Amino acid sequence: MTNDRPWLPYALILPSVAFLALLFVVPLVQTVWLALSENGAPSLANIRTMAGDINFARSVQNTFLLALAVIPVQIAIALAMGTLVSKIGAGRETILWIWTIPLGISDLAAGMVWLAILQNTGYLNSLLFGLGLIERQTAWLTYQTPVALFIGIAIAEIWRGTAIVMVIIVAGLNQVPKEFREAAEVFGAGPWTRFWRITLPLIRPALQSALILRTVLAFEVFAVVYALGGRNFPVLVGEAYAWQNQNQNYGVAAAYAVLIMVISLAATLVYLKIVKVDPERLP
Amino acid sequence: MANIVIDRIRKAFGAFEALKEVSLTINDGEFVSLLGPSGCGKTTLLRIIAGLETATAGDIRIGDRSIIGLPPKERGLAMVFQNYAVFPHMTVYENVAFGLRMQKADEARVKKQVEKAAGLLHIEPYLDRYPNKLSGGQRQRVAVARALAVEPKVLLMDEPLSNLDALLRLEMRTELKTVLQAAGTTTIYVTHDQTEAMGLSDRIAVMHGGVVEQVGDPVEIYNHPATRFVGGFIGNPPMNFITVPVERGHVAAGAEQLSVPQGAGDSVVLGLRGEAVALVPREAGLEMQVRVAEPMGSHLLLTGSIQGQPARVVLPPSEAVRSGDVIGLRPDRNRITWLSPESGKSYPPSAA
Ligand SMILES: Nc1ncnc2c1ncn2[C@@H]1O[C@H](COP(=O)(O)OP(=O)(O)OP(=O)(O)O)[C@@H](O)[C@H]1O
Ligand SMILES: [Mg+2]
Repeated sequence: MTNDRPWLPYALILPSVAFLALLFVVPLVQTVWLALSENGAPSLANIRTMAGDINFARSVQNTFLLALAVIPVQIAIALAMGTLVSKIGAGRETILWIWTIPLGISDLAAGMVWLAILQNTGYLNSLLFGLGLIERQTAWLTYQTPVALFIGIAIAEIWRGTAIVMVIIVAGLNQVPKEFREAAEVFGAGPWTRFWRITLPLIRPALQSALILRTVLAFEVFAVVYALGGRNFPVLVGEAYAWQNQNQNYGVAAAYAVLIMVISLAATLVYLKIVKVDPERLP
Repeated sequence: MANIVIDRIRKAFGAFEALKEVSLTINDGEFVSLLGPSGCGKTTLLRIIAGLETATAGDIRIGDRSIIGLPPKERGLAMVFQNYAVFPHMTVYENVAFGLRMQKADEARVKKQVEKAAGLLHIEPYLDRYPNKLSGGQRQRVAVARALAVEPKVLLMDEPLSNLDALLRLEMRTELKTVLQAAGTTTIYVTHDQTEAMGLSDRIAVMHGGVVEQVGDPVEIYNHPATRFVGGFIGNPPMNFITVPVERGHVAAGAEQLSVPQGAGDSVVLGLRGEAVALVPREAGLEMQVRVAEPMGSHLLLTGSIQGQPARVVLPPSEAVRSGDVIGLRPDRNRITWLSPESGKSYPPSAA
């Protein structure tokens, strides 16, 4: 790095920052203004309408619960898959490719796939019926079965979103030379110790990226939920969509959008603080 | 007891044979160097002993117990990796302490051992730092300290001093030797540096192309190389090899008649250390055309040819030989190695 010109890196990223500002900050300011104004004057009316809506509390709760249920499972599965695939020699690429197929499917299509499995006349019921476990078609995705609905949506989300986490984690694992694990092994560390004390700390940067990305995406969850539960399972983006299209109330929709953004930014900040990456401690 | 028996170990990477039947016995407490050119399989052999690589065939026993199927952590040895493998996310202190922590040693012992090892390798000033900020040589010493801290019965070292400056290397070498000897550690030490191997080792195993060409104590290997490769690889300048005709069981070296071992054919290779000669009048010995004479202060280095074959000899600095001279050399009969021109192997010294 050039130490005598510390401003140089900043100068180099300036164009991209300016570009982002133009295409991101302007609409952002417009949205925030839309949320925090009424008839051209500053007002909290939209926020009040949003907070007073019967679906508001449930959509916040559902979104957070879903994120809380889905993210840890996805990270755990991705770590397991990444570790497994790193032990494989031949056929590694093929396995990675198969595992990333859900990535190539749009989230609405993913929702449809799981709808085909979980709906009344779906594959799950057929299977359970065939095995003699149920006597007639069971509804999983209704207002009366919130737990089943939640689990169904969580599974669909895990299925759809784990691959992206895994790709990031595999990239992180590839950066860790095998000698570190080998040295630990020679000095008496078992597989579990090696994972916790060597591998995990060394893939911190990848883990941080994966967590941030996954969390932001989790708060934006919509299409899968919409396909499986409609408004039986209200989530934040779903509410924004409903206010925008059904109620034609752009102000309240904007209020939801701002809320989602604030939550995402806060989560990112938390990760940056908790999963700290100290460049001094990297290979 | 921590003697190591390496029994006909073979290792193939696909179609490539990295090790072709390597056998080697290292006695308890012995210091054995593996010496050989790049790519001859030294690291591969160490990794197999450590359990990081699976041998294609063969057995390894430590203290008469076969360890070939055991995972690395159950083999009870320590290793210094060629590329150090010092953990970047731990301080130097925690790196050195790692093995002890895995053994669940109490804090007092950890501290004592870390300080001892760090002192020996002169890395105390860096104990609180992260390896990222250390030089290659400093990192290498952290790797050695990490291995010494556990006081292993068996220690494997893969070029542990290669990145140090000459002075520090000499000092570390002596200290390592002292400590390992005092502790009775059985050591396998990989090096490229033949002076290091000669100075440190009880015995040296010279490897070449996946086989051990010769095992012996440094003097024996220097004076009586088992193969042409060993003679050429060890010593500076390397041994001279001159193919000479045999007449009635003798080779003529000017006025001298040198008797060759039984079994030699029409010609034989005369293996001669550069300093195992004396200057004699031209017709009284082997004739050498001197191309370049280099006075080195401590000795005089002559480069030229004997019977049309390249040769390099070393004479006392006082001899007055100049570039372009033709001189006579009388070989020291006790320091001649006779080799077969076909196989490149030497005839046993006793047969001469
Ligand atoms: N994992 C591997 N796959 C294929 N070939 C390998 C592998 N590891 C080593 N080899 C080959 O085996 C041979 C011996 O390698 P090794 O690392 O043991 O050499 P070395 O004697 O330690 O060399 P150096 O002195 O350069 O460290 C080399 O030709 C190398 O290319
Ligand atoms: Mg090597």
